[in-house]
Amino acid sequence: MMNKKVGKKVNWPLTILLMIGCITVFFPLYMTIVIAFKQPSEMTNDIAGALAFPATWSFSNFAEAMRVTDFWHSLSNSFIITIVTIVLALLIHSLGGYAIGRNMGASKFYRFAYLYIVSGMFVPFAILMMPLVKQTAQIGIANMFGVIVLYTVFYMPMNLLLYSGYLKNIPMALEEAARVDGASTWRTYWQVIFPIMKPMHATVAILTAMGTWNDVMTPLVIMSGSGKNTLPLAQLNFQTQFGTNYNLAFASYLLALLPILLFYIICQKQILNGVVNGAVK
Amino acid sequence: MKKKMTDRERTFLLITIPVLLLFFCFNTLPLLKGFVYSFTNFKGYGSYDYVGLRNYKDLLADARVGKSYLFTFKYAIVCTILVNIISLLLALGLNAKIKAKSALRAIYFIPNILGGLVIGYIFGFFFTYILPAIGQSLGISAISSSMLSRTSTAWIAIVIVGAWQSIAMNTIIYISGLQTVPDDVYEAGSIDGATGWKSFKNLTFPLIIPFFTINMVLCMKNFLMVFDQIMSLTKGGPSQSTESISFLIYQNGMSGGQFGFQSANAFVFFVVIVAISVFQMTFLGKKEEQL
Repeated sequence: MMNKKVGKKVNWPLTILLMIGCITVFFPLYMTIVIAFKQPSEMTNDIAGALAFPATWSFSNFAEAMRVTDFWHSLSNSFIITIVTIVLALLIHSLGGYAIGRNMGASKFYRFAYLYIVSGMFVPFAILMMPLVKQTAQIGIANMFGVIVLYTVFYMPMNLLLYSGYLKNIPMALEEAARVDGASTWRTYWQVIFPIMKPMHATVAILTAMGTWNDVMTPLVIMSGSGKNTLPLAQLNFQTQFGTNYNLAFASYLLALLPILLFYIICQKQILNGVVNGAVK
Repeated sequence: MKKKMTDRERTFLLITIPVLLLFFCFNTLPLLKGFVYSFTNFKGYGSYDYVGLRNYKDLLADARVGKSYLFTFKYAIVCTILVNIISLLLALGLNAKIKAKSALRAIYFIPNILGGLVIGYIFGFFFTYILPAIGQSLGISAISSSMLSRTSTAWIAIVIVGAWQSIAMNTIIYISGLQTVPDDVYEAGSIDGATGWKSFKNLTFPLIIPFFTINMVLCMKNFLMVFDQIMSLTKGGPSQSTESISFLIYQNGMSGGQFGFQSANAFVFFVVIVAISVFQMTFLGKKEEQL
C-alpha cells in the first residue's frame, strides 16, 4: 500500500481520468460489436435500440456478410498485396538504401539519386492517380500486381530515407573485413549488411503494412475493373447492397477491422516501436 | 582512359539504375504526363486537343474548385490545431507517473491502426442515428438532427473522425519526445520554482520542438490529402460543401469527363503541398535553431 519511492507518487486522479478517456476509443468499437450481433427487428428508434446488448449472440449476420462481400477472397487479396509489398520493400528498398546511402557522401550521382527519390514524398497520390490509371491499363497491370508495383514505388522515398539513415550507424569496417576475405560486394550485402539491418526491416515492414492494408484510393482507381476487391474496397463496393440493413453492414465492418485488431493485440509492442522509430527519424 | 570499374562500383550502379528507373516510371513519368494532360481538354477517353493555359484560367474562375480549396484548408487547419493540442495533453498524461501506463498507451493508439473508410462508416451511423437520438432525449436542438445532413455541421463531423484517428499517431510521437527530456531538467526547474504551466512552457516545450515540427508537417500534409473519410461520411455533400481537393479530382477527373481540367487542378494542388511543407520546415526549423 505504501509507496516506497520518495517524491514519485502514483497520480491516481490522472490515471482515472485517462481510463475514462479510453471510452472515446472503445465506444465506437462497442457500438460496432453490439449492432453487428443484433437483428434488424431489435433496432428501435431510441438509443437503447442501437446500444443495448443483443437479445441473442447470433453469428448469422457474419455468415451473411461474408457471403455478400465475398469476404475470404477480399481478405486473401488484401493479404497477398500487403505481404508481397512488404517483401519487395525489404529487398528493393534496403538494397537501394545501401547502394545510395553508402555513396552519397562521395558521389554527386548518388547524392542526386537520393534527393530525387526522397523528394517523391511530397507528391500526393491525387496528382499521379489519373495518369497512372491510363498507364497501368496500357501495360496491362490494372490489377493486383499493378497495385503492388505502385506501392513499392510510393513507399520507396520513406523507406530509402529510413534505410540510408540507419546505415550511417553501421561501420564500414564490417564490409571491408568481408572484402579482405574475398567476398563480392553483392555477397557481403546479403551475408553481412542485410542481417544487421534487422531492426530497420521491422520498422519498414510495419509502416509499409499499415499504409497498404488500410489504403482505399490506390486499389479503388487501379483495380476496380479487375473484378477483385481488397478488404476496405469490398466495404465501399457493397455499401449499396447492405441497404438499410445496418446489422449486416456492421457485421461486415467488424470483419474488416478484425484482422488488423488481432494483429495489433499480438504485436502491439513491435508496432508501437516501429511507428516511433519511423516517425522520429 | 577511365580506369576499370571495381566490383563494388559496378554492383552499386547495377542496383541504383533499376531502382531509379522503377521510380521514374511510376512516379516521375505520371507526374510529367499529368502536367502535359493539364494543357489539354482530354475527357479521359477519345481524342483531345491542346488548349494552352485555358484549364488554369478556368480553375481560378471555377466556384466548385474554389469551394473545395476553402473546405480542405479549413479542415486541415482546424484538424492540425485540434489534434496537436489534444495529443500533447494526452502525451503529457501518458508520460506522467500513472498506473497501467503501457496498457493505456496501447489503447490510445488503436484508432490509428483502423482503416479510415470503415471508421467513417461506423461514425456515419453514430452521427446519423445515435447522436440525434441523444440530442432529442436531452432536448438539445443543436444535435437533434443529423450533423451530416446540414452544410453548417457536416465538416465538423469529418473533423471529429479525422482527429479521432490522427490523435493516436501524434500522441505516440509526442510521448517519444517527452521521453528525451531528462528528469534532472525538471528537478533543476523545480528548485527555481518552475512548476505546472511555467515548467511546461519554459522547460518541456522548447525541448520537444523537433517533435512538434514533425507533427505539424505530418498532420498538415495528411489532412490536406483527406479522402477516405469524405468517401464514407458525406461523398462531398450536402450540396458539395465537404468536397476535398483529392475527392474532387477523383470524382470529376475519373468519371466526370474532366481529365484535363482536373489534371491542372492536381498540379496546382501538388505545388501548394510542396510550398506548405517547405515553408513549415524552414519556418519551424529556424525556431528550433534559436532555442
